[in-house]
Parts: sequence; C-alpha cells; structure tokens
Amino acid sequence: MLSRVADSLYWMSRYLERAENTVRQLDVTMNLMLDTGGASAGSRWQQLIAALGNPEGCEWNGNLEEMAGRLVFDALGHASITYCVNAARENARQVREEISTEQWQRLNRLYHQMHSAQVQSQFRASINDALASVVDGIHLFKGVTDTTMIHGQGWQFIRLGRYLERAYAIATLLEVYQAELFSPHEREHSGYQYLEQVGLLRCCTAFEAYCQVYTADLTADRILEFLLLNRDFPHAIRYCVDGVRQAVEAIQRTGGRRPPDELTAGIGRLHAMLGYTTISEILAGDTAAFLHSIREQCLRIHELMYRYYIHYSIQSALSI
Amino acid sequence: MSAGHPAELETLFGDYPLDSAFDEMREPGGDVRSHYRALAETLARLPQAELERCKQSAELSFLTQGITFTVYGREEGTERIFPYDLLPRIITAEEWDRIERGLTQRITALNLFLRDVYFDAKILTDRVVPSELVYSCKHYRRQMRGLQVPRNVYIAVVGSDLLRLNTGEFVVLEDNLRVPSGVSYMLTNRRVMKRTFPQLFHSYGVRPIEHYPQLLLATLRSLAPEGRPEPNIVLLTPGVYNSAYFEHTYLARQMGIDLVEGRDLVTHDNVVYMRTTDGLKRVDVIYRRVDDDFSDPLIFRSDSALGCTGLFNAYRAGNVTVTNAFGTGLADDKALYAYVPDIIRYYLNEDPILPNVKTFLMSDENERKHVLANLENLVVKAVGESGGYGMLIGPHSTAQQREEFARQIEANPRNYIAQPTLDFSRAPCLIGNHLEPRHVDLRPYVLFGDKVNIVPGGLTRVALEKGSLVVNSSQGGGSKDTWVLE
Repeated sequence: MLSRVADSLYWMSRYLERAENTVRQLDVTMNLMLDTGGASAGSRWQQLIAALGNPEGCEWNGNLEEMAGRLVFDALGHASITYCVNAARENARQVREEISTEQWQRLNRLYHQMHSAQVQSQFRASINDALASVVDGIHLFKGVTDTTMIHGQGWQFIRLGRYLERAYAIATLLEVYQAELFSPHEREHSGYQYLEQVGLLRCCTAFEAYCQVYTADLTADRILEFLLLNRDFPHAIRYCVDGVRQAVEAIQRTGGRRPPDELTAGIGRLHAMLGYTTISEILAGDTAAFLHSIREQCLRIHELMYRYYIHYSIQSALSI
Repeated sequence: MSAGHPAELETLFGDYPLDSAFDEMREPGGDVRSHYRALAETLARLPQAELERCKQSAELSFLTQGITFTVYGREEGTERIFPYDLLPRIITAEEWDRIERGLTQRITALNLFLRDVYFDAKILTDRVVPSELVYSCKHYRRQMRGLQVPRNVYIAVVGSDLLRLNTGEFVVLEDNLRVPSGVSYMLTNRRVMKRTFPQLFHSYGVRPIEHYPQLLLATLRSLAPEGRPEPNIVLLTPGVYNSAYFEHTYLARQMGIDLVEGRDLVTHDNVVYMRTTDGLKRVDVIYRRVDDDFSDPLIFRSDSALGCTGLFNAYRAGNVTVTNAFGTGLADDKALYAYVPDIIRYYLNEDPILPNVKTFLMSDENERKHVLANLENLVVKAVGESGGYGMLIGPHSTAQQREEFARQIEANPRNYIAQPTLDFSRAPCLIGNHLEPRHVDLRPYVLFGDKVNIVPGGLTRVALEKGSLVVNSSQGGGSKDTWVLE
C-alpha cells in the first residue's frame, strides 16, 4: 500500500475518533452543568478543555452557548467537531479509491450535515439531539468501514489510528479528572458525586458496561481500574493498546516487512504495563505520572510507526 | 403510432423552437423521431411532480457520491456537481457504426503520423504536412525523436469531440490526444439513469458501456514493457486540487490500481518506484493524467512539483511505459487538425469516414485576410488551448473583442485558426418543468492498445445556457447519458 494512502487512512480514522470524543465530552459536560451543586461553569469548562488537550481559542468567556458553538462549528479551531470532520473527509477524499463507496457516502453525508443550513438551528433547538446525530453519523461510518471495506492493510491502518487516538484521549481524560475522583469536595448531597462519576464513565460510553462488571456501586478505584485495565471493553486503554498491537502485527503480516525492534518493543512495553499492573499498584504509586507515561508512550509509538511506514528515507529503503 | 397523447406532449414541449439546427428528438416538421418516441410517451405520461422528484433525487445522488468537479479560485464551496440532464441522448445503431469506423480510422492514422514524425518524418519530406507547422508546435517534443514506444502506440486513450451538423452528419471538432477527461461522468450518468428510468431503459435495448474500466486496464496492460508479465500499473494524478480528481479516483478504484501522485514516485537507476508501507515497489505502466509540461521537472518544466524527477529517463530506457506518450499534443494542435484528412489518406489510403470542420489557417495569407474580414461570422481558437479557453465566438463577440483578436492574429498567425460558426445539433433538456432544446456535442472514448476499443456511447455535453454554444464544464456546461441502441 502506498505510504501516502496509509497516512491518509490513519488520519481519517484519528480525526473521526477525535470528533467523537469531543462530542461525547461536550455532551456530558453540558449535562453536568444543569445540576447547580457542583463546580462552577467556568471551572467545568476549563476541565473539559484540558481533557481535550488544551486547544487554543476555547478559553471560557461566560457564555456557554457561544463556547459550545465554537467547539462544534469553529472550522479553524483544531479541537472543534467541524474541524475534525472536515479533516477526516479531506483525508478520505485523497484516498477515495481506497475506501468503499459506502464509506465515502457516509462520511460525505456527515460532512454535508455539519455544513448544512439547518444544523445551526437544530443545534440551538436541542444541542443533545444535534450531538447525538453527529455521533450516529460517526458510528454508521465505523459500521460500514467494518462491513464494506476489505480487511487488508488499509483497514488495519484505520484501526491503528482509531485505537491510538482513543488510548491517548482516555489517558488525557483520566489525567485531568483523577485527582478530583479521589479527593471529592465535601458536599451536602452525595448525589452530586454520583453524577460526576457517571459523567466520567459516560465520557467513555462506559457507564452501562461498568455496571455489568461491578454493579452500580461506583467507587473511584473501580472506575479507574475499569477504564484503564479492562481487557474486554473497547473504551478501556488496555483494550485499545491491544488493538494497536494487533493492527501493527497484521500490517506486518500483510506486508511482509518486519517492523523495527523499537516499534515492537514500544508497543509490547505499553501492552505489558497495562496487562501486568494491578490497580492497587497504580494507586500506591504516582497515578498522574502513570497516566502521563501512557500518553508519552502513545506519542512514541506514533513517531516510530511514522518513521518506519510513512516517512522513511529512500536510501534506507534501497539498501534493503 | 402517434407520439403519445398529443395534449400532454404539447404541454411538455410548450413553445419548443425548431429551426435550421438539427434537433436530436424532433424532425423539422415537429414529429418526434421514431427512436425517441418511447421516451416522449413516457415523459408525457409522467406527472410534473414526478419529473421534478426524479431530477432532485438524481442531483442528490451525485452530491452524496461526491461526484463533483473543482472550480478554481474560490475558497468556499469549490466543489460543484456537474449538472446532469435527466433525458438521454439517443443514437441509432447505424449512426454509431459510422462513428465507430470513423474514429478507429482516425486514431490509427494519428498514431502512424506520430510514429513517422518522431522517426523518419516521411510525411514532412513528401510535403503532405508542412514541416514548419510541426516544428513550431509547442507540443512537439524534441526529446521523443527516435524513442521507441511500446507497440508504436503513442495515443492509447482518446476522447474526440464530435458535433452533428444540420445535415444530420457527425463531424470531428477536436481530437483530444493528451489527457482527455469526462469518462467517469459517462459511467456515473449511466448508473444514475438506470436508477431513474429503469423500465424505459430496459425497453430500449441500450448497449452497455460499464466495462470501460476493464478495457482501459487491458489496454494499459498490453503496453507494459517487455519482460514484465505482471505489470504494476498506476494512475498518476496531479492531486486532489485538480478539477478532474474525482475521475482519477474513480478510474483507479474501478480498475483496482494504485492512484499515485508525483510525490509517491522515486526513480533510481532509471527505474520508477513508488513508496509503499512495504518499501519501494517497481512501477511498470503509468496512465498519466498530468500534462507533459508537469511530468518531469528534469526534462520539462523545472518549476513543476506534480511530476516525478527522472521519469523521462526511465521512460527512455524502456523501463516504464507512460501513456499517452509524451509529445502527442502535437497531433491535436488545432492547426494540424486541418491536415488530419490528408494524414488519413497518406497513411491508410482511404477517405476519411468522419469529416473535419472547415478550418482556416492563419499562417496562410489568403485565408487570414478572409478571416480578418469576416470575424463576426467565425469562431477563432488559439491552437494550443482546450477547455473552451482562448476562444472568440464571432456572432457573440463585441467589436472590442474582435479587434483584440485581430491584433493577436496579426502578431502571431501560427497561434490561431478560424472555423465557421457551426449550427450544431440540439437535444431536448428538462428546463424547469418543460422541454427546451440545447446545443449538444458528443465525446466518445477510444482506446488503442493491442486493438482499438470504443465503448458504444460517450459523454454528451450540453450547453445549458439558452443559445450558448459552449459545452465545457468549466463554462456552464452539463451532461446527459448517451444511449446507443442495439
């Protein structure tokens, strides 16, 4: 597969994953703001922005509707949903011949939806419905991706992008919220704490899945354990890293070139770290540093993957 | 049998004008031509609202499929759909037979001409074609002299523009021998048409065109360098900002080949490779949709970032086939066009089956005088341009424009030709909720590899503006599905 094509598929996938993450976090945050007992709107917004990687131009100005609108529609703001959908489509457009017609039509429809005349008014009427329909569009795209595209190298690069982006996003989210999770403010009604915890799980579509594993008895260490170490839940970091590993192995199988030891080792190390560490060990140590290290390792995997598959030097390729 | 229910047909036609131009659907007296009758009856039976719905669903289908072309120079909304007219243009089997034979003859002769010009130049020695015309052409490539191309095929992919005159006869207006486009619209128009009027389509017995990508692939494969039994074939595109990008992706996907950009290619030791996730992979055949000028900065324009450095040397070494070959633009120079009938006679010893349009060469003093005196009745074209650019349409021009062209002709006669303003045929289009005639041309797609292949049909382009003679997509043209009957 052409390196440029692999690159585009990878980023198409990452941008859509990013859009979905932004939609969900925005939705949850706005829901939490409805209950007055918790943190102030400004500090909630700051947390949201931090969990999205501190994109520029999103500083709180006191007007929630305007801020939310910016995060949805601002085509120049790098974290905005519109920006991500545009970027995903632009990447898809450059590899139009590699993806299926169904995929392209699905993504194109989402793109036109974000740019349609009705969407702004729909957004004002009911932000929840508007956000839900965006997530629907993304889910449909993922569905046709899995059912209409050949599960070859291109599809593996899509998977790789999806899981790497997701692992990174969840690690960022947990890093922002973990301190608060373990040192709740004194509150009159413990109901607020419950809402916060449910909110965190909902950011990862994890509430129902959590209940199936642990019942609705929410505790901070279990939430962290679930989102970090569960091996069966698609929005748990361990599951994502598993996905990254499988994708890279499959790319190697279909291509025949052995990835450099550095890359295999990098993925293996992160995989082992999540597979062989217990939650009590993590909590006994520096949790924030642990989460931060996950992010660093994700970045490293991205760099190595890039250096090997996408931007390699001609000289190194000729000498093989 | 009469043409449907007269009352309904009348409302459909409204005040549909018939004059000296050939109407594809109606005879001069107003009767519907026999091969259009079933279509007219169907239209007359359809409620207005239904027609409108068909039109909208067709347009939506183009938009969601992303079948768009890029309009240059605008930031917002740079992608537009190519306007599509619901009604098919219908061509009978006899008419098609003549077109097919005519185009086969033409491409065969033009290939022989290019081979001759780039080797022995006999046709120039014999003074059938003036040598100064060839050597002054900006598409003549000195680098191609004595360079052997596979199977002697210079032009593998052609999209000639045909017009129908008021005699009912088809003539060739242009041979597009460089990188003709539009074939994807031919294919997608058919798909949309089959969905919009399934029963009508079925009842007509229309010859299929859908196998074009397969034929194109077979053509490209037949031109692979020797000793490469499983050639790696790629389509070279200028990239996502090219107006025909949709077509490039479409064809690559339909053929199952890689779509590459210049930056994907590298040359080493006169071999072309593409950068893949598995390392470098050798490229054997390049179907290029990039002009000569931009193909290799080492040989052609050095400021081009679209091509691949070293491509021409690899080509010269015979390690890669590039098609169409470099330098084919020579044979579709608009001044050389005037000599194509002579070229056909010279190489094939046959009379041309499809005639040319009368063409005045500005390098000829008598013809130039005649043209300058009659500019308001003529169409003047720059010889090296395409896409409807660099043109003066006499009857639609202002005195100032004519003056400007006259000055340019005097300054550089070799750069211009003139042709009579053609009263070419019109076909009914759905404008609002009734039918109006619009000028149409026909671009069939010809493939030349180990043999000539022409899929029955082509792209019928429509000048959607009332009275307009310009059918180019960049200038407000649209298209129709083209049916060739069994």
